[in-house]
Amino acid sequence: MSGILAVLEAGHKLSLETLAAARDLGEKLGLAVHSVEPGGVYTADRFVDGLAELIGLKQFSVVLFPHTYQVRDFAPKLATRFDRALISDVIRLRVDGGSLVVTRQLFQGKMNAEIKPLGEPVFLSLQAGAYRAGDLVESVVEVMPEIGVARQKPEEKFREAARAVDLSAASIIVSVGRGIKEKENLGLIEDLAAALGAEIAASRPICDNGWLPMERQVGSSGQTVAPKLYVAVGLSGAIQHLVGMKGAKTVVAINRDENAPIFEVADYGMCADLFEVLPALTAAIRAAKGG
Amino acid sequence: MKIVVAIKQVPARDSLLTAATDGKWIDESSLDYEINEPDAYALEEALQMREAHGGEVVALCAGPDRASATIREALAKGADRAIHIAVDDIVDWDTLATAKLLAAAVKSEAADLVLTGLQSDDVGAGQVGVVMAELLGLPHATIIMQVEVVDGQLRVKRELEDGWFQHVGMPLPAVLTIQSGIKKLRYATLMGIKKAKTKEVRSVTPTELGVARVASYELVGVTLPQKSKKLQMVTSVAELVDKLKNEVHVL
Repeated sequence: MSGILAVLEAGHKLSLETLAAARDLGEKLGLAVHSVEPGGVYTADRFVDGLAELIGLKQFSVVLFPHTYQVRDFAPKLATRFDRALISDVIRLRVDGGSLVVTRQLFQGKMNAEIKPLGEPVFLSLQAGAYRAGDLVESVVEVMPEIGVARQKPEEKFREAARAVDLSAASIIVSVGRGIKEKENLGLIEDLAAALGAEIAASRPICDNGWLPMERQVGSSGQTVAPKLYVAVGLSGAIQHLVGMKGAKTVVAINRDENAPIFEVADYGMCADLFEVLPALTAAIRAAKGG
Repeated sequence: MKIVVAIKQVPARDSLLTAATDGKWIDESSLDYEINEPDAYALEEALQMREAHGGEVVALCAGPDRASATIREALAKGADRAIHIAVDDIVDWDTLATAKLLAAAVKSEAADLVLTGLQSDDVGAGQVGVVMAELLGLPHATIIMQVEVVDGQLRVKRELEDGWFQHVGMPLPAVLTIQSGIKKLRYATLMGIKKAKTKEVRSVTPTELGVARVASYELVGVTLPQKSKKLQMVTSVAELVDKLKNEVHVL
């Protein structure tokens, strides 16, 4: 075993969590912690060529990444160069009898899997919240060598027109997932939101289908919200959605699957068919407010 | 333009999942299966590119016999032909091993473009496309929302985090992983379903492709997620409204 390399993403909040994980693993496995934060213009080819050179030279045993969009773009290719599979989107790490055991989600968070890496180097990417970002961690700072020629030609990053809907300011949000089944059923959600005085939000598939505009999407590719009350209806709670709403003060989840991952973050849960519950709930809320 | 689309068959999204009795994997005995949703979008993009530029769309799928239903669906939607890598124990093949199978099958096709979904709804590793690119020696880009071919070069729109996007250019051939929502999905027509029965499906085995299953990790077991400790389950609307009124204070 010869060291852990934390590959950090400049300016990304997950980098500190990755470094904290590297320190913890370093202590438990008795390995020195190194870090590298590649600068300059990102391309998958440039990062893979440079990092492969560094990892090959220093013979790292474990390579850790934050699970960012950028990492998803290059880390699988980097691991392949060492004939290894990246273990991506890890939510927990532990050391059991001197060997690493990691937990990652399957089926959009409906199941957790425990995985033992076989052989070295081990490539892992860590999901947000897998580790708490600690104090500044001492590490041996490495520099990514510049080799190879990138085939990708990136242009400037841009944002589309400003969002017309700012969900981050909403105090109550009713959020809908696939359980609603058809666009025609969205009236049930609109009625509940109106009764609660809430904004309407959705998980990604609802927006992909064009049933609600993209700007109402909550999650890693949409808005991040922190309302007083978040009512998740027919929404299973894939990790990409949870990262966008875990700041909510109170979460109510209505789902017919009692094992849906949304119940992991809910304060109040109701395991029921939303088509039966919603009309009654809307009526009862109207009555409670009127009375 | 010849486009290969790698598609995966996964348990239907509304499946109620439980662990198998040995705890090693989910209980598959009563599951329905369907095409992995991001792969359906990759197929749609490929079909629309063929409609714009001409050429051929080849659907590629690794899986047991049941995968043939997903392959037929791709053909019914308009793929010209398909390759079925027959693997009974596909869940035991990790991302690298699976990508090796797919890449070996792509190699003999000399495709201009290889598309796949950005991730699978079951394992969700989000890697197979990127790993294929490395194995094939091709450039790639991920989480793609738009694909253009300009003067024989690719120009794609990548989705980044927090509402940011970026255009990236690269030469063909290339591998792209497609984000859900890139285009509106079509349904198979009756005519398409009828035609699909006459289209070629070539079946190959891992041995014929020269790929052995070597694992980078071992799956110890699967468990249901833990419910939050603070969770209170309610059983009636009246109870829920009471909580909203007297504990959450929003009514």
